[in-house]
Amino acid sequence: MKRDLVLRIIAKLLIPFILLFAFYVQFHADFGPGGGFQAGVIIAAAIIFYSLIYGVEATCKLIPGWLIEIMLSGGVLIYASVGLLGIIMGGNYLDYFVLDHDPVTGQLRGIFWVEVGVAITVSSAMLGVFYMFALRGQDPE
Amino acid sequence: MNIATHFSYVITIFLMIAGLFIMIARGNLLKKLVGLGIFQTSVYLLYIAPGKLIGGTAPILAADFRIYSNPLPHVLILTAIVVGVATLALGLALTVRIRELYGSIEEDEILATDTDDQNGDREWG
Amino acid sequence: MAITVIVLIRSRNLFSVIVLFGIYSFLMATVLVALDAVDVAMTEASVGAGISMVLMLGALYLCKSEEAKPMRQPWLPLALSVTTAGVLVYGTLGLPAFSDPEAPIHTHVADRYLQDSMRETGVPNVVTAVLGSYRGYDTLGETTVVFTAGVGVIALLRRRQRRRPGTGT
Repeated sequence: MKRDLVLRIIAKLLIPFILLFAFYVQFHADFGPGGGFQAGVIIAAAIIFYSLIYGVEATCKLIPGWLIEIMLSGGVLIYASVGLLGIIMGGNYLDYFVLDHDPVTGQLRGIFWVEVGVAITVSSAMLGVFYMFALRGQDPE
Repeated sequence: MNIATHFSYVITIFLMIAGLFIMIARGNLLKKLVGLGIFQTSVYLLYIAPGKLIGGTAPILAADFRIYSNPLPHVLILTAIVVGVATLALGLALTVRIRELYGSIEEDEILATDTDDQNGDREWG
Repeated sequence: MAITVIVLIRSRNLFSVIVLFGIYSFLMATVLVALDAVDVAMTEASVGAGISMVLMLGALYLCKSEEAKPMRQPWLPLALSVTTAGVLVYGTLGLPAFSDPEAPIHTHVADRYLQDSMRETGVPNVVTAVLGSYRGYDTLGETTVVFTAGVGVIALLRRRQRRRPGTGT
């Protein structure tokens, strides 16, 4: 019981910082190493950490299976729709410079949304695979 | 063309051959997947080592630096790492299913179970 | 790293194999930082040593086995590996030396990316600019691969077993 208490408190202290670091890595892709993939994996790692301490059932209530499935396809759709937006605004597929009056700002905007889509897909894929492994081993029959 | 200039290639080839050896010489499915992982990381090294310039720095543009290491292999390898972990996840899922159906993850035992069952009736539940 | 790999080959306990693979991934990430590949090192450390180990430990928990003793001596695979190693070493003798500025890898497209990316995209991190903007199609394909892997694992493992199939314990 004592060990459980220490683990729970440390988890509660650490998980917000891990998530904050994941968002930092995501949004500072322009200025340092990072980007969508790393951020998505770190988010998944934080939630897996939560589920190690508090149990898979509690994590399933927090992030249910249908949300994982929606996020998984949602990320790819965000990416593809940024490309379609390029066509609608007058350029080719996945052209960023038509997204704004100033082509450089258009590039920044395009890269931002693309990285967000990537992070959503990667984090939900890793989390979904972990859920499948964890839930498979729980059936007593 | 001596050993000092091509040292990175020697290390890469050693790791590659170690991964290959694990994959073909060991029968346990999980160990084969680990060998595949070692093979993949040695290929990352193969691509990134020639991109480095001694005296250069990471490819993030700043005012104080003149020489940068080549960013192009970094991009390719970033994609390769993520694809590698996707492959690993699928391979592990297949291994878990094989374990449930055959009862073991040793290659020899699985093949023996398969040939045994070809002679009798088997219910795929 | 070579020592880690050799111990990994000889080891039969699967848990120690997975932990050694995690150590190997971290060492590889350190080597990548030494080679100035900071983006790749961060990805390798988080993906290779983080998520890969978690997934493999999960699979090991579901599989619950140790490696059996190999039944025959691995002479043929060993000979095959050594021959392949020899051929590869002979092949790499023709490759450019380590950190040669005249190598073809540095002279074609990379210069253009380094010179023009600040002016065209306004992003100092050249790797992010290339990944997101210049080579955006590749990243779209990669995201689709991750999506497919997630869907594949969910399809393989979703159905919960109600009863054991024929040959289970």
